[in-house]
Amino acid sequence: MPPVTATLIWILVALVVIGLYLSWTAGRLDRLHSRIDAARAALDAQLLRRASVAQELATAGVLDPAASIVLYEAAHAARQAEEEQREVAESELSQALRAVFGEAQQVEAVREAPGGEAAARELTEAVRRVPMARRFHNDAVRAVRALRRHRKVRWFRLAGHAPFPMAFEMDDEPPPALTDRSTV
Amino acid sequence: MRIGIVCPYSWDVPGGVQFHIRDLAEYFIRLGHEVSVLAPADDDTPLPPYVVSAGRAVPVPYNGSVARLNFGFLSAARVRRWLHDGEFDVIHIHEPTSPSLGLLACWAAQGPIVATFHTSNPRSRAMVAAYAILQAALEKISARIAVSEYARRTLVEHLGGDAVVIPNGVDVDFFAKAEPKAEWQGNTIGFMGRIDEPRKGLPVLMKALPKILAARPETRLLVAGRGDEKEAVETLPSRLRSRVEFLGMISDEDKARFLRSVDLYVAPNTGGESFGIILVEAMSAGAPVLASDLDAFAQVLDRGAAGELFANEDADALADAAVRLLGDPERRAQLRERGSTHVRRFDWSTVGADILSVYETVTDGTAAVAADERTGLRARLGLARD
Repeated sequence: MPPVTATLIWILVALVVIGLYLSWTAGRLDRLHSRIDAARAALDAQLLRRASVAQELATAGVLDPAASIVLYEAAHAARQAEEEQREVAESELSQALRAVFGEAQQVEAVREAPGGEAAARELTEAVRRVPMARRFHNDAVRAVRALRRHRKVRWFRLAGHAPFPMAFEMDDEPPPALTDRSTV
Repeated sequence: MRIGIVCPYSWDVPGGVQFHIRDLAEYFIRLGHEVSVLAPADDDTPLPPYVVSAGRAVPVPYNGSVARLNFGFLSAARVRRWLHDGEFDVIHIHEPTSPSLGLLACWAAQGPIVATFHTSNPRSRAMVAAYAILQAALEKISARIAVSEYARRTLVEHLGGDAVVIPNGVDVDFFAKAEPKAEWQGNTIGFMGRIDEPRKGLPVLMKALPKILAARPETRLLVAGRGDEKEAVETLPSRLRSRVEFLGMISDEDKARFLRSVDLYVAPNTGGESFGIILVEAMSAGAPVLASDLDAFAQVLDRGAAGELFANEDADALADAAVRLLGDPERRAQLRERGSTHVRRFDWSTVGADILSVYETVTDGTAAVAADERTGLRARLGLARD
């Protein structure tokens, strides 16, 4: 076999190997992007659930009028917020929830109202799951960003037209009276 | 919900992770979920009905000691078969970074994957080298759980990303309702753990013992755990050796009664702890706890509010604190009370509900777990049409 042919074969083999590697990386990226989509959907669902329960409680008449207005206002703003204002609005809802349910007595009062037990439980679940869902989402975002910054992905445009993912930053600290485990 | 749990360590060898998985699986089964646990086990070991054997683990030198791991073609095939047969809504992998079943399952599955990181090992060289391979498998995990704030910190430093902290669970009532045993009561200090494992800290306690006995000669030290008993008391003056009683390995029931009986439980561990389940068990049983100030222990003891801490490896500090506590029944009663309210957050009812919330968060709106079909060569080259 003339040396030229051998060289050509080697070049061809190298190209195929590189191609397979890039294709595998693109598959990884694709999987990661769908993980972000799922995580984002889950986060949206939890945020929406939290805002709905908060709004329900605000209009149920179990809270005093001032607390009702504060909570209703924040929950309403969180549900209506545009994408760019969402993080701020959701953080404000967290603050409002902390202000309203800052004391254990307030939580007790809600529990004692008819149907209040279920509402309090739902709210507790929602304020616990929002931080979880957000952490899972941001973890996925971090994994994608790490991979997308890599040379091979940038040079060969493996990410296609998918937008560069952004972390969801907000204050998601739950009201301590709702998540106090020692009293459960 | 159909839940698949992957245990990386042999089911026939007792260990913290195995017990955690056993209790978790049984908790979910009681709630009416369908659970299957995939674990390495000898083919002739009797297994509970919910455990599926992944074959025998092979002892190999790894990370400075001999570890029993599962890998290779056969194990991978068993993992795939289990995933395929199980049709799980979610799989929960424990210790996904150990090169065993956890990593294989991560590699072979797609869909909602939850992973729990138990240990907080310092970064090993093998892990640095294998980082790229590991990353490709680990990035499939949709939700990470760390068992303590300390374990979470190591995870973030080594692998990046984030995790939620959910502590290990304990059946609090099992310990709280145990019957104390008269022969273990009355001026007793309890210690539990492998005698010949220096990290469990028995040598520190032995060093502190003469000083404790000088101040309170009626004190007895009860040691539960396996190991060489003669070697353990070697450093002790021979006239004091009768104050130490070795109980050997004890059953779960006796463990609860033991913790219920002692006047003070001492955990002098010098390192390598990422959680400290024994402290939670001791508090559940109402034993006042005195522990070394490891990060993980300080966290479990609520920064010293639910149990007392002493400077790690400082036998004098240990002796002083023990003497003070043994002579102060009021303080011990206070610790008992604080401890038993504090441990409620570690009860399975709370921990299990939190883990279930994680499952529900990741399964919301996604497909079930399936075996990850490798894209064939034809598809990669763009030849396959569907």
